[in-house]
Amino acid sequence: MLKKASSPALNVGKATKHDSADRHVRGNALYIDDIREPRGTLHLAPGYARESCGKIKSLDLEVVRSAPGVVAVLTAADIPGLNDCSPSFGGDPILADDRIEFHGQVIFAVVAQSHIEARKAAKLARIEIVAETPMVTAEDGMARDASVLPTYEFNRGTPAETIKASPLSISDSFRIGGQEHFYLEGQVSLAIPQDQGEILVHTSTQHPTEIQHLIAKMLKIRDAAVVCECRRMGGAFGGKESQAAQWACLAALATHITGRPAKMRLDRDDDMIMTGKRHDFRCDWQAGFDEKGKISAVEVDFLARCGCSADLSLGVNDRTMFHADNSYYYPENRITSHRIKTNTVSNTAFRGFGGPQGMVFSERMMDAIAIKLGLDPLDVRRTNFYGGSGRDITPFGMKVEDNILEELVGELEQTSDYRKRRQEIAAFNAKSPFLKKGLALNPLKFGISFTLKHLNQAGALVHVYTDGSVQVNHGGTEMGQGLYTKVAQVVAEEFGIDLENVQITATTTDKVPNTAPTAASSGTDLNGMAAKLAAETIKIRLIDLAARLYQIEKSAVSFANNHVQIGQQKITFAELTQQAFLQRVSLSSTGYYATPNITWDRDSKSGRPFLYFAYGAACAEVTIDTSTGEMVIDRVDILHDVGKSLNPALDIGQIEGGFVQGMGWLTTEELVYDDQGRLRTHAPSTYKIPTASDLPEDFRVKLWDSPGNREDTIYRSKAVGEPPVMLATAVFSAITNAIASLKPGVLPQLSTPATPENILAAVKLMKSGD
Amino acid sequence: MTMRQSIRFVRDGKAVELTNIGPNDTLLDYLRLTEESRGTKEGCAEGDCGACSVAVGSINSNGKLEYQAVNSCIQLLGMLDGKEVITIDDLSRGQEELHPVQDAMVRHHGSQCGFCTPGIVMSLFTLYHKGIKADRPAINNQLAGNLCRCTGYRPIIDAALESCNGSVDDRFSKALKTTTETLTGLDDGQDVFVGTEERFFAAPVSMASLAKLYSQHPDAIVVAGATDVGLWITKQLRDLPKIIHLGRVKGLDRVEDNGNELVIGAGATYAQAEEALATIDPDIAEVVRRIGSTQVRASGTIGGNIANGSPIGDSPPLLIALDARLGLEKAEGKREIRLEDFFIDYGKQDRQPGEFVSHVTIPKLAENQFLRSYKVSKRFDQDISALLAAFRLTLENNRVTSARIAFGGMAATPKRAGKTEKALIGLDLADQAGWVKAAETLEQDYQPISDMRASKEYRIDVAKGLLLKALHEISHSASGTDSPETRVIGKREHSLREAV
Repeated sequence: MLKKASSPALNVGKATKHDSADRHVRGNALYIDDIREPRGTLHLAPGYARESCGKIKSLDLEVVRSAPGVVAVLTAADIPGLNDCSPSFGGDPILADDRIEFHGQVIFAVVAQSHIEARKAAKLARIEIVAETPMVTAEDGMARDASVLPTYEFNRGTPAETIKASPLSISDSFRIGGQEHFYLEGQVSLAIPQDQGEILVHTSTQHPTEIQHLIAKMLKIRDAAVVCECRRMGGAFGGKESQAAQWACLAALATHITGRPAKMRLDRDDDMIMTGKRHDFRCDWQAGFDEKGKISAVEVDFLARCGCSADLSLGVNDRTMFHADNSYYYPENRITSHRIKTNTVSNTAFRGFGGPQGMVFSERMMDAIAIKLGLDPLDVRRTNFYGGSGRDITPFGMKVEDNILEELVGELEQTSDYRKRRQEIAAFNAKSPFLKKGLALNPLKFGISFTLKHLNQAGALVHVYTDGSVQVNHGGTEMGQGLYTKVAQVVAEEFGIDLENVQITATTTDKVPNTAPTAASSGTDLNGMAAKLAAETIKIRLIDLAARLYQIEKSAVSFANNHVQIGQQKITFAELTQQAFLQRVSLSSTGYYATPNITWDRDSKSGRPFLYFAYGAACAEVTIDTSTGEMVIDRVDILHDVGKSLNPALDIGQIEGGFVQGMGWLTTEELVYDDQGRLRTHAPSTYKIPTASDLPEDFRVKLWDSPGNREDTIYRSKAVGEPPVMLATAVFSAITNAIASLKPGVLPQLSTPATPENILAAVKLMKSGD
Repeated sequence: MTMRQSIRFVRDGKAVELTNIGPNDTLLDYLRLTEESRGTKEGCAEGDCGACSVAVGSINSNGKLEYQAVNSCIQLLGMLDGKEVITIDDLSRGQEELHPVQDAMVRHHGSQCGFCTPGIVMSLFTLYHKGIKADRPAINNQLAGNLCRCTGYRPIIDAALESCNGSVDDRFSKALKTTTETLTGLDDGQDVFVGTEERFFAAPVSMASLAKLYSQHPDAIVVAGATDVGLWITKQLRDLPKIIHLGRVKGLDRVEDNGNELVIGAGATYAQAEEALATIDPDIAEVVRRIGSTQVRASGTIGGNIANGSPIGDSPPLLIALDARLGLEKAEGKREIRLEDFFIDYGKQDRQPGEFVSHVTIPKLAENQFLRSYKVSKRFDQDISALLAAFRLTLENNRVTSARIAFGGMAATPKRAGKTEKALIGLDLADQAGWVKAAETLEQDYQPISDMRASKEYRIDVAKGLLLKALHEISHSASGTDSPETRVIGKREHSLREAV
């Protein structure tokens, strides 16, 4: 490795605009549906039964085949290889051939001359299902002992006994709702036949490698014959990690069978019905504590509705457990995760990957304890923070070594004027009959790394051309988060050149193979490092060359401002690259990075799953209407830790956007299934993500002034993709706080999302009875 | 009179004439598939996300060129006849420099994944062209129909605050005169009829030709803004062979203030009518502001909201509480009925074959009349109501002498609360026990259903709560006393200020 550059950073740390910003606003940034299709491109539409569970008795597709424009109708029988697009343990048929496991499961796909003809034809199928009673809720699945994966548990001490022996205890049960990704660009793939039976697939996915492998298995061809490419996604949020695969597979299958290019783009309703969501939970818990609110032991059961297959439920539910402590030390605990099977769409990755559900639990527990004791919830939270002797081991045995909770929360407490506003709110509530206010300041600690160890690796490919321009490619995908921009900044920094000289290229499996998904907030940590290593390799060659040509010490060679300083000589970067070519020095290199220091072993439940933790805190103030349950968020203050920011503008964007997405999840975004397991909220007309007016009028977001990540991450930055989602627990706690003002000492029965209806129901309970 | 068998609109400064459009063709498909202008995105194909927003220019009643954002996914192509269409691909076409709105979006980091961005830019482009210094409420309103899943909106709002600042100077404002002339030139006063007797898109220009055409084709679908009918095409995949569009009928978009009453033509969009409606009461302004989004209100009409007979339309209960009357017309003659009598049952209205809604007449409030109206939905903006409540009380000496209460979302039709109204008549407004008794009566008037928007229990609870709130507010208004805050949204003093 090279010594750290001593000159000030030229690219890293700058609030550089997103690499595609200009094209975004001009409308010429190409998404897959915008690519000019080759002549003769066919279009697919999915067909599905109206039942949720049962055996397929008959499938009559004659009318579909003879509908206008139809070229082919694909069924399971057309699949030459493996009919499964599962990312993990199987059970996700590309086309169902025997059983229906959820409403929206695809049985056939129409291939037609136009998108509209395909959609219209798909409606004409006659499908007979021998219907069975579906398991819709987690309770339905529990009652039939149905699970997609075995129950998993973290244990420490004898929590049940300790809770009994504690001076005080609470037990509670509440629900945590799911969430639809609502990426603005729906699922889409375009397959194009190549020479010799190879297939190029443009696919909107966070995981091109996995799709490449699944297509190869499906078609019984070699991985090397499939190329998957993604320049950008119109949003993903985890929804295009595993569940982009089915549509790419179907497009590839259509191409394989017809020999023509084929595109599959899901209509919004189909997308919402056919793809999985954030897992929803029932959460049953009890805790023992003392009169100061200090916890002695916690027991919690997470009942996750996983849907009909395992998909990514192992990792998601593990992460719920990893974050059931959030920022708090539990001397004793039993954290149990039930991965329940239901006849609903298979739930999947969603920004935070189970972590948010774990934290909603811990924050509700803190609120419950504070309400019971009549203490300020922030004081109860602080009493339980990690820190102090012996209070730094998580329920999964990892030591918390980079704790900045006290400093960070203390600063936000001051800057948000928390204590004064607490008093003002009490005064307001005392004389307001209809409206009540609530306030909360919640912390956040989120573990960074894939908990599946082997995914913590990345590759990059850097080419330098003889005009001094540089092309960078890596395994990470761009879904709006600005990964390409950050990696380009890193490469520009290495070569001391302007960002304009770094050409960003689409993620594709034929440049960097065998990649991990862009997920777990790890995109920059992994790919930034891999790209840096690739650039460093070339840079070392250039330094060697310069030292040799100019007969000078290597240490006298440095790169800055598009120039190379070689002792007293100064030449342009381009001139040195031309020299390299003439002197037959390679200007291309790969880079490979594997995250160090992670040792988690799931079976023995020991080791270190995370390289480090990201921290943050949010303070939210809300007002509720006790006659309608309507709620507005009046003010939010956020302080978040990104280590040394690689790009403050992009980081702030992730924090604000993540917070608002979390806020939507906990307030207006409600998934409604009917008793037959059919999703009733499958379009933006019924499923309500935040709009501009939902943004708090007073919204103050700041980066924590960090000395830098303690771990040796890329320029000492920290991951930022997922953690901010969980800052929104402050909104849920503030709503709880507002309702609690109606009857001191009583915990409001509030589940998430806190819709007007759920808020009013909780208010009504507070007003009635005793 | 001669008939034109084509539609004509302005693209990139030039008139485009199309002779072979289908009645179900959408503007978005025309842009993306025919023109292959792919900057405009499809996000939901139902007019809810705004990714497909484009700006439509038309000459308003004052003869001025005006730009409005519309959802191109549910605009029927034929509806663009006589208008200018500007899309994201046009905004800085061939220019090195970005449009001021685009430039501000870049500098404020207003895009992340970028998929909603073209729609947001076009929506803000129309706000920019209003030539006002936009404040936060105006921007929130403009963006209510533009969903962004990445940014959380803050940088977009900042970009809007900066760029939509009252100064209008872009290549479209520079071309104002020629565009106005081109559009005026397209207004030939001829009926449009494209297609055959079995399958056509028609846009008549007079009440007489509309009535005649509809009597010849009583099976045609009459479309005003297509904010509902558009979804029959894009979502239900229905084939609607005969479309009659109301947008060109002269006089059908009238908005008249006759002193004591407003008369609003069935073709008037919410955007055209909202200013006049706001003069009746700030609560009306607020309800109308929360109907759909800016894009929806630019196309949708009150006439359409009434005619399609939905139990969850927001304007009917409000207008019923105001004792509005409905004008109906057909080739054989005209009639006027009370609006509440129009709604017979779910999906059934008092409308005869060939008959169309021509206008609605809305009485203003008398000195001693008080209106309160509330919209309750999961999300404040661009959401369909769980319920909509409208109360109009007439008071004498603090006693209720007459009451009109109507709810949406509580029954199969927009419906009055007859028993509750009776319970209120004669009530002294100081009699709070009487309020509670009256509120309980609502259970006899309504047996709402549970659906994905709300449970029946919630609907009844809120209905009662809103009546109590209305009585509380009215008693304070009538006596001129200060009241503690009663609303988290739609505060009347704010609405009044915005309405001014």
